[in-house]
Amino acid sequence: MLSKRSRVLIAVAALLLAALFVFPIWSVYLNAPQYPEGIGMHIWINTITGVKEHDLQNINGLNHYIGMKRIEPDAIPELRLMPFIVVALIAGGVAAAALGRTLLARIWVGAFLVISLVGLADFWKWEYDYGHDLDMENAIIKIPGMSYQPPLIGTKQLLNFSATSLPGIGGLIAIFSLGMAVVVLVFDKGAAARVAAATVPAARARVANT
Amino acid sequence: MSLTRRSKYLASAGAVLLAATYLYACAPRQKVSGIGNLGDAASRTYVAPGSYDEFYFFTSGGFSGQVGVYGLPSGRLLKVLPVFSQNAENGYGYNSETKALLNTSYGNIPWDDTHHPSLSMTNGEHDGRWLFINANNTPRFARIDLAKFETTETLEIPNTAGNHGAPFATENTEYLVAATRFSIPLPQKDESFGDFATKFKGTISLVKANEFGKMDVAFQILMPGFDYDLGRPGKGPSHGWVFFTSYNTEQAYTKLEVNASKNDKDYMAAVNWKQGEKCVAEGKAKTWPTKYYHNVLDDATHTATSEVKTSVKMLLPEDCPGMVYFLPTPKSPHGVDVDPTGEYIVGGGKLATVIPVHSFSKIQKAIADKNFEKDVYGIPVVNYAASMFCEVANPGLGPLHNEFDEKGNVYTSVFISSEIVKWSLPGCKVLDRVPTYYSIGHLSVMGGDTRKPYGKYVVAMNKITKDRFLPTGPELTQSAQLFDISGDKMKLLLDFPTIGEPHYAQGILASKIKDNQVKFFKLADNNHPYVAKTEQATGLTRSGKTVHIKMTAIRSHFAPDNIDGVQVGDTVLFHVTNLEQDWDVPHGFAAIGSFSDAELLIMPGQTRTLTWIPNSPGVFPFYCTDFCSALHQEMQGYVRVAAVGSTVALSATTSKRSLKALEQATGSAR
Repeated sequence: MLSKRSRVLIAVAALLLAALFVFPIWSVYLNAPQYPEGIGMHIWINTITGVKEHDLQNINGLNHYIGMKRIEPDAIPELRLMPFIVVALIAGGVAAAALGRTLLARIWVGAFLVISLVGLADFWKWEYDYGHDLDMENAIIKIPGMSYQPPLIGTKQLLNFSATSLPGIGGLIAIFSLGMAVVVLVFDKGAAARVAAATVPAARARVANT
Repeated sequence: MSLTRRSKYLASAGAVLLAATYLYACAPRQKVSGIGNLGDAASRTYVAPGSYDEFYFFTSGGFSGQVGVYGLPSGRLLKVLPVFSQNAENGYGYNSETKALLNTSYGNIPWDDTHHPSLSMTNGEHDGRWLFINANNTPRFARIDLAKFETTETLEIPNTAGNHGAPFATENTEYLVAATRFSIPLPQKDESFGDFATKFKGTISLVKANEFGKMDVAFQILMPGFDYDLGRPGKGPSHGWVFFTSYNTEQAYTKLEVNASKNDKDYMAAVNWKQGEKCVAEGKAKTWPTKYYHNVLDDATHTATSEVKTSVKMLLPEDCPGMVYFLPTPKSPHGVDVDPTGEYIVGGGKLATVIPVHSFSKIQKAIADKNFEKDVYGIPVVNYAASMFCEVANPGLGPLHNEFDEKGNVYTSVFISSEIVKWSLPGCKVLDRVPTYYSIGHLSVMGGDTRKPYGKYVVAMNKITKDRFLPTGPELTQSAQLFDISGDKMKLLLDFPTIGEPHYAQGILASKIKDNQVKFFKLADNNHPYVAKTEQATGLTRSGKTVHIKMTAIRSHFAPDNIDGVQVGDTVLFHVTNLEQDWDVPHGFAAIGSFSDAELLIMPGQTRTLTWIPNSPGVFPFYCTDFCSALHQEMQGYVRVAAVGSTVALSATTSKRSLKALEQATGSAR
């Protein structure tokens, strides 16, 4: 069984994921000499928007020069799926906390981790696809060998634009939530107590007293 | 919980937070504009009160249709010179003296789009006589007299649509060149768009320009239906040739941004105009019926008149072998520029990844050896390798235009990456690059298109300004940026706002112009049909519904000042002569409700006419608009307007001096 504190913290970690409905998961910022104010887009669990109101429209306008496909949130099925996945994750975490079963909590954290990695891989795949699947027939600027895949995380120069990709506030909170859940499980009182019991008997008493 | 465990929790949470903070620290921030330390820029561009700038800098007004005159290095605006747009500020293009300068075969056109100023040349150097500029929309050339800073002659360019590749002057201003951006059916006819490739043609024009009042199309060359973009005449050894870029050699007629960007190379046309002259002399040109206007502002009458011309000499390349060749040039080339030695012809492939440099001597050799890859519409295409001198690598994204200094350096404007790239000729190596704010189009080195550039400064003419100046709503100022090029590294000195779009500009040493200035017009030489050279010579005459008022202006009164006998619906023409014979004493003239005209700004010794049509009875004032003297505010008068059919005769009051003369002139006794 998880300690009471751990159960509370797991529940908090799960509920923190609700932030994904309020803040973007990931953001891509584009900087170029002609765009001193910057231009960029936020990726949310259910849509993609511009950092500024018309940024996505303007990014699509710029991308037409290089023959990149239009970024159409409605054409990305993952964005329809993701809210359900997040709700399921929240529910799973809360359930694990309510039941207090260590195994259940571990399964939940494992699922959370796998979903996060699959999500990142999927994001990378979309970036690869947008960056490489160029309509060379209708592209205006054609540079042999040039592709326009933005980085998953970090900064990369794409022609006159420097593209920076970073987790958004929602993404950071999710990372924090995942990190917190892992830490909670690693340092869970029950588990720690068992370790302590095997090594320093005095520690058990101290743990029990806390 | 033990301290250790608590610290572990805290450390873990801290690590995550730290990671998050770190990530955000990497997020891009708004860049600090400028180049950081500008050093002595302020003192380099400071021209003390009362001192003069070293250069006149003539910028095209772009879609304002005018020319901006600036001083450099200060960037101070000296004059907005009206050329192809009406200018209410001084009545240019409104008043009957200057209106004819805007006459075309399409009618009287109130606006145009000026792109490329070109200073007149002698031996390949600026001579300070004239500035020429093109009208892009309704194709025309204008001559601006640099002794008067006045537009004195305009010429319509026939068989042309989008007069963009113009009006670059040859070494001795023998010709100004022009090329049509839009190919069109020639002669004009309502052809189908689908017949673009077969029925649409381009033209290249050579326009005589070395004599005021005699500007005319010497001959035109009928070209395949591409889009011709820019042109530059040769220099020194290449004098006698002119080079034009073209794009849309795909001959697309829809969605050009894609369909005209497919070919790996388009063509630069190398035109031997001396050969063209020879063919015209040999009678090989066709007489091509057309209609175009030539308008000249007469020095003595201060009035422009129009003549209509009805044909041009048209040369077909096949009738004049040796006149036109095509040089393959990568990729929708925009700019073409000839270096001061005349040997290197530098292209600017706006979608290319290199800057191509053709060699004039290699072109000549290729032509002599018939080293051609094919014919296009009967025009030989020189093998790319045979004319190519070098391709400059790593020039930035979107190289457009090139200018030259006196030390063998080339300055290339690069649009997409928004920078100036400096490289060496004949070294073909990039030496330096500097960002521009933002999206540079043309650039201009002082004297940078001549055989002897002055160097010193390069000016970037930018397409957008965004955050560079205090914002002014959606429509922001246009701007130019001054860079010092005297050292190895280009150095930003100054941003300055400009009128319209500063599309291209040329800088000339002020000493070549400033001492030739006309300070005022000699009244004695004024031959305007309605001039009044003295107050005694003023007068009123009626002919039907038209009333001519010969009026004078001198500090601080008009003569006559009160006018009676005008009726509703009369066309009243105020012919105002400025009697002053001193520097900087213009008078202005405005009448209430003059809906068909702007004000007049009348230079000393000049006569200008304001048209005024009263539409109701009453007494209506007019006044001097240019603050001329201590009693400027007293410089005024009235017109009394009666209903139609009134029997009041024309009469006027004025100063005692001219009263008598007026009585004689009008036959009225008061």
